[in-house]
Amino acid sequence: MKESMDGLIAEWSKRIRAAAAGGHTLHIRGGGSKDFYGRAVTGERLDTGALRGIVSHEPSELVVTVRAGTALAELEAELAAAGQMLAFEPPHFGSGATVGGMVAAGLSGPRRASAGGLRDFVLGVRMLDGRGEVLRFGGEVMKNVAGYDVPRLLAGSLGTLGVLLEVSLKVLPRPFAETTLRFELGESAAIEQLNRWGGQALPLSASAWADGVLSLRLSGAQAAVRAACASLGGEEVGAQEAAAFWLGVREQTLPWFGLDVGGAALWRLSVPSAAPALKLPGEQFIEWGGAQRWLRSAAPVERMRARAAELGGHAVLFRGGDRQSEVFQPLAAPPLAIHRRLKAAFDPAGVFNRGRLYQEF
Amino acid sequence: MLETQSRADDQPVVGEREADFSAIDKVAVIEALARVLPVGALMYEVEDLRPYECDGLSVYRQVPLAVALPASEEQVVAVLRTCRELGVPVVARGAGTGLSGGALPHARGVLLSLARFNRILHVDALARTAVVQPGVRNLAISEAVAAHGLYYAPDPSSQIACTIGGNVAENAGGVHCLKYGLTVHNLLRVRGVSIDGEIVEFGSHALDSPGYDLLALITGSEGMLAVATEVTVKLTPRPQLAQCVLAAFDDVIKAGDAVAAIIAAGIIPAGLEMMDQPATAAVEEFVHAGYPLDAKAILLCESDGTAEEVAEEIARVREVLAASGATEIRVSASEAERLKFWAGRKAAFPAAGRLSPDYYCMDGTIPRKRLGEMLEAIQAMEGRYGLRCINVFHAGDGNLHPLILFDANQPGELERAETFGAEILELSVALGGTITGEHGVGVEKINQMCAQFASAELRQFFRIKAAFDPPGLLNPGKAIPTLNRCAEYGRMRISGGELAHPELPRF
Ligand SMILES: Cc1cc2nc3c(=O)[nH]c(=O)nc-3n(C[C@H](O)[C@H](O)[C@H](O)COP(=O)(O)OP(=O)(O)OC[C@H]3O[C@@H](n4cnc5c(N)ncnc54)[C@H](O)[C@@H]3O)c2cc1C
Repeated sequence: MKESMDGLIAEWSKRIRAAAAGGHTLHIRGGGSKDFYGRAVTGERLDTGALRGIVSHEPSELVVTVRAGTALAELEAELAAAGQMLAFEPPHFGSGATVGGMVAAGLSGPRRASAGGLRDFVLGVRMLDGRGEVLRFGGEVMKNVAGYDVPRLLAGSLGTLGVLLEVSLKVLPRPFAETTLRFELGESAAIEQLNRWGGQALPLSASAWADGVLSLRLSGAQAAVRAACASLGGEEVGAQEAAAFWLGVREQTLPWFGLDVGGAALWRLSVPSAAPALKLPGEQFIEWGGAQRWLRSAAPVERMRARAAELGGHAVLFRGGDRQSEVFQPLAAPPLAIHRRLKAAFDPAGVFNRGRLYQEF
Repeated sequence: MLETQSRADDQPVVGEREADFSAIDKVAVIEALARVLPVGALMYEVEDLRPYECDGLSVYRQVPLAVALPASEEQVVAVLRTCRELGVPVVARGAGTGLSGGALPHARGVLLSLARFNRILHVDALARTAVVQPGVRNLAISEAVAAHGLYYAPDPSSQIACTIGGNVAENAGGVHCLKYGLTVHNLLRVRGVSIDGEIVEFGSHALDSPGYDLLALITGSEGMLAVATEVTVKLTPRPQLAQCVLAAFDDVIKAGDAVAAIIAAGIIPAGLEMMDQPATAAVEEFVHAGYPLDAKAILLCESDGTAEEVAEEIARVREVLAASGATEIRVSASEAERLKFWAGRKAAFPAAGRLSPDYYCMDGTIPRKRLGEMLEAIQAMEGRYGLRCINVFHAGDGNLHPLILFDANQPGELERAETFGAEILELSVALGGTITGEHGVGVEKINQMCAQFASAELRQFFRIKAAFDPPGLLNPGKAIPTLNRCAEYGRMRISGGELAHPELPRF
């Protein structure tokens, strides 16, 4: 098993060096489940699917090391069998999603606001850089400050800095109990209430608001969930219905996400949790205690970005819309200069996923 | 753009070789700084420089050329621009409690103290955030927000003194970080100044930001990428109740297994600490925490949350501890008793200081299941080096703090203590761990970086540094060893014939 992987990695390394020398580009692809995300890319495909398998999982160490081409579904099944989970609830967006694609896309699901995001759980990586060299950063332990935190830098870099070969992730036990409550509340009242609850010692694990209804998930010790239900009120949702609902939020398979409002694009606005109502035209779905606001809207790009910036956040053109222009909020000059130099540091010839994150690199 | 950089790729990266700062003209530097700083914000007389000559690792001492004490961001910008222009190294400093020599001054450089950046700028109780200047002390944040029922979760033992800027630069942890995370998990935004004097925002008040996660790179970067001038931290609601379980074991391996069993049972305690018998004896004499002195190891396991939650968790923990062979289990019956349980653990450093004129604190992290092996190896090393070592351990996350006791006035003891420490760190790497969990590399562990990383990886660190600091002036010579240094260290280790555990794989 180990031998054959080394051969594969050596072959990829050769392809990377050839691409760098010949001025070609490569498009790293896991399952292709997130092809819709980021800017459209060109380049010869480098499929990671053959690099699969769970390298090690030590439930009592709270860590799992996985090859990048492993199906996310396979990893989650392994963890579930040990009563554990990826606490950031990554969306799959399709049955073929891979672990490498998950880390590169950096997306987190409903539990983000309370448990942390994908970047908070990445402990180590093994990767190929744009010179075709195998590098290892971080490790399998929870606390590690030796060298710069490259594993977290790679989270969400959309494959523009290198090919992930192996990742080590922190995992957590599944909660003992879980309950979902529903409340009828308007947009501003819901945002305010979510922030108030956030300041209390409550076992909150997810929130979602749309069309005047706020859903709140509580997870933790049985007694804690029961006590919180008693003090919060609201209407309790049946366990099965609740599980289907949160899966629909995570995978964006709820009817809200399927709505076609005259071909309007799906925007993601990441803002401070207590930011006031967006006051932008379109349909809205709020998550993460107010910090993530989905908007189906045909409003112009400039208006989205300006409003997001005014609220202290940024806007992403998540699905649809013009994917030839920038889909992520443009960077200010000083961080842009650092981005350029970082890209050149990892991928001097510009081989990987050129243009996926920003037009320029 | 990318094309030209590709051709330049064979050139050595800035910092990869030792830089030569010997041509720096002290008088010219002081004159230039005096032009941009108000009176009282610049010091250059040796007696004024002395207080800055070391951090918490006092075996390394060096006075800088000058100390700058800016009080505003404009002044920081001006100092950095001046140093950039004159090619002078800059070392940022918070409270100087660092334990790896990160804030050790550069002999030809300026020490930039952030001590005057001591204001809490804004607290947003609804959004649970605080915007603070980098010189604010860790504990001062929790004190300032206590009235809102909130606190800042990372709690290094040095929290009454250390600054949030230093915490960001070291990615500091505390006894509660298994459940509440390290500094990196509790930050939203850092505003910093680059060596070019440009202001850069890393992160934002939202949960993520466009582009690469530069906030993660800045955290734990030991002042080598930018100087922080403002930090936004996340605040956490104070739990209604906390309770602590003290368990005694007649065998350290059993205690280590109990830690694994607690986690395997699906419990993430608020704190999970272990002390070996010598450590227990040392603190007991000092603080009288009531620890069982016949135990080979004791565990402290804390549960927090609502009263119902704590009761449920404590019941589970007791069950697991009993099944793991604990010889005694005590649950704190009051807040006073809980604090007493912790008083011993928190007094480990001062207790070491009472036992011995000097002590040297190590910071390796290992997979928890290797704990037994590590403790046995340390015992053997005590014999070999003729020095005592007491062990306290953030057991929940595998972070080990062996305290090596020595007397610097005895010829050769310091050197033996350092070699002892180096061997522990290299064994940490060999066991699948790391040389530093939370104290940073600084100057102290720079040689051991050669054991943990290959040349290609070290070179990549220099490239990352150069992406933020092209001239290589921010804290040069720290944290990442030059390749020459590693080659030399490798030769020295092997020719000395004391390469530890040659049978173990080296990474
Ligand atoms: C008794 C004792 C107990 C300790 N316990 C713990 C513990 O439990 N957990 C833990 O993690 N650490 C612990 N430490 C270590 C130390 O307190 C931490 O590393 C702390 O974060 C250092 O903060 P400081 O303000 O003292 O920084 P300093 O020591 O002044 O500096 C540390 C590093 O940060 C850089 N720096 C400081 N300010 C800035 C800034 N504004 N911008 C850029 N860089 C900056 C410096 O250049 C240096 O590299 C302990 C230390 C002592 C003495």
